[in-house]
Amino acid sequence: MAFLAWFVSRLFSLDVMPFLALFLPLGGFIVLSLLEPGIRRDREERGAVLLACTTVFLSFLCLLWTALHMDEAARTLADFRVQWRLPPRASPYLPYQPSLPWLDWIDVSGVHVPFALLLDRLSSVMTLVVTGVGFLIHVYSIGYMAHDEDRVRYFSYLNLFTFFMLLLVMAGNLPVMFIGWEGVGLCSYLLIGFWYKKKSAADAGKKAFIVNRLGDAGLILGMIAAFYSFGTFDTFALTEGAGALQPEKWGEFGPMTVAALLLFVGACGKSAQIPLHVWLPDAMEGPTPVSALIHAATMVTAGVYMVARLGPLYAHSETAIAVVAIVGTVTALMAATIALVQTDIKRVLAYSTVSQLGYMFLACGVGAFGVGVFHLFTHAFFKALLFLGSGSVIHAMGGEQDMRKMGGLWRKIPWTFGTFVVGTLAIAGIPPLAGFFSKDAILGSALGEGHKILFAVGLLTAALTAFYMARLLFLTFFGPFRGGHEAEHHLHESPWVMLGPLVILAVGSIGAGFVPVPEMLAVVFRQPAEEGHHAAWLPMVATLVAILGIAGAYWLYLMLPDLAARLGARLRPIGRVLEEKYYFDRVYDAFASRVVVEGSRKVLWQGLDASLIDGAVNGIGSVTAGFARAVRVAQTGLVRAYALLILGGAVTVLGYLLWAR
Amino acid sequence: MSAGADLTTPALLLSAGLFAIGVVGVFLRRNVITVFMCVELMLNAVNLAFIAFSRWRGTLDGQVLVFFVLTVAAAEAAVGLAIIIAAQRNRDTLDVDSFNLLKW
Repeated sequence: MAFLAWFVSRLFSLDVMPFLALFLPLGGFIVLSLLEPGIRRDREERGAVLLACTTVFLSFLCLLWTALHMDEAARTLADFRVQWRLPPRASPYLPYQPSLPWLDWIDVSGVHVPFALLLDRLSSVMTLVVTGVGFLIHVYSIGYMAHDEDRVRYFSYLNLFTFFMLLLVMAGNLPVMFIGWEGVGLCSYLLIGFWYKKKSAADAGKKAFIVNRLGDAGLILGMIAAFYSFGTFDTFALTEGAGALQPEKWGEFGPMTVAALLLFVGACGKSAQIPLHVWLPDAMEGPTPVSALIHAATMVTAGVYMVARLGPLYAHSETAIAVVAIVGTVTALMAATIALVQTDIKRVLAYSTVSQLGYMFLACGVGAFGVGVFHLFTHAFFKALLFLGSGSVIHAMGGEQDMRKMGGLWRKIPWTFGTFVVGTLAIAGIPPLAGFFSKDAILGSALGEGHKILFAVGLLTAALTAFYMARLLFLTFFGPFRGGHEAEHHLHESPWVMLGPLVILAVGSIGAGFVPVPEMLAVVFRQPAEEGHHAAWLPMVATLVAILGIAGAYWLYLMLPDLAARLGARLRPIGRVLEEKYYFDRVYDAFASRVVVEGSRKVLWQGLDASLIDGAVNGIGSVTAGFARAVRVAQTGLVRAYALLILGGAVTVLGYLLWAR
Repeated sequence: MSAGADLTTPALLLSAGLFAIGVVGVFLRRNVITVFMCVELMLNAVNLAFIAFSRWRGTLDGQVLVFFVLTVAAAEAAVGLAIIIAAQRNRDTLDVDSFNLLKW
């Protein structure tokens, strides 16, 4: 009994609970991947799938407990400092940083990288989203992947992803975060290429992996630059250290600017910002729940999270933060315009995700990190909802993803339709749904900081968002059915195990906007927790713009579909640019095939490898062979000849010795 | 120094003569067994030189070395004769110059 009490008291502490939450999904992955080859029967398979869902749910509960007890622990720490008359910290807020000493990673002269976590409100928001939304997507996957023979492998990957994502979010220093960062990249690759027998899926996986490596190179350099300037990898110490340094102005390339910009390259890769955004739309080759979990709600937001996490670093460098804002805004606008002409339901959502991520970077770029995370938070709900809804549509259509072959589905799949409407309105920014609050906060911050151009582009993007999402909704659910008879016969509503998560996420998409995330996080970012001093007209303008977008789509795609076609023909040149996605893929392909492939062939292979390296190796070989050919005649095979040589040698040596004396 | 006539020089001369006979035999004789015996002769010439030096210097080092040489010579005789028998069985000859396969 005493042992049990001791055990429970140990378990329910901030030193144990977060690690439990972290390692539960890893345990699930290990068990599933070990059992996978032996699983044959349906019953065993169901058990394995349930295990995967359970680990994530338990992890969610642990993190919920952690989140609820964290502030208390921070307060205790602060009290402790007061009690022992320690000098007050620069920041009033102390995160809790538990570590596992026996897992200490690097400890060589001057560099100490413990296996430490960083628990504060920011990481709590993220971990709850990851495990909460992640759990719903696990449940949804039970239905979506029911007929896939490899679903145990699928669920083991999902569990592994959850582990790495939690590690990324909770990491207390950059190298540990990097483990998670690479781990989620790996899981992304594995899950995009989950149907590896399909060539396009395997190619998309490779593309995602390679593009992410480009970003990760920047991330590694950024980590090194940060260590070089600040002498620490510890995330909290880095942000504290940034506060003590002089802010860097435009044109001054100091250590913070370099570190922040390099880290942002990594964020661009992971969060699909221009020019490294090209992998995300192709990632839609993976199973739809994966698109919802990894490529909408969690992994792609890691870049935004990292920028917010290291917010003070960016806030002190005018150059870095301006780059963040500009890249984010340009991405938001370009991706939104591309989404206008996509016909694949998932690709519209993919470009929408790119655009919304740009929105988050826009918020970070004007210094409103809390607002950026707020949009991340609400976006996780409605974008996961939209992806899962599109999965339900694809499920009903028997695998068809082309919106031109859909239409009028609302009668056939009413629950999917209802939740999809909620998601669409939420992302379009109709009050009082979640997207309205976060988008309004972003626009307000941009305006409040005096960035008129960013504000205008943001408002335009908001209108475009409403337009393309309404287009998606109308093409899919309204009008006449444009598929064949057989497809129409096949139409069916998804099972409840898929609809349940949709409904819960729909509720989240309605309610998430009422969570005062920016105010909660203000203390983390050491910003005053004031209510945004937005212009009173802003919410009305934002709503009006959203309604205009939806109305425009209604007018074009439902009232006058002929006009849409005529308009499309008239605006052919623009449409062509959009359909080609601003030629990013073309340029990259050309670069890859001309410069990389041809350069490798002509210069590296035929020039360097074949002539220089091979020449050197073969040259050494032929010199040796030639010399051997010259001297081998001495080897006659006659024993007495050898004996004579030995005697001659002995006499020579003896003679020399006698003579030398 | 020990009593009696100083036999160092004659012993060394005898040793050198035996050694020279051995060397000449190795180079001039074709029969493997004869060559082998010449090698033994050279070894024993060396033994004689060791003993002569040992006596001259009044130490035991040379005599100890002689035992080593004898031991090695015994082992060498066993192995060498075995090789010669094997060679004879394979080639039906004992001509040294016919064993010339080990070359380029």
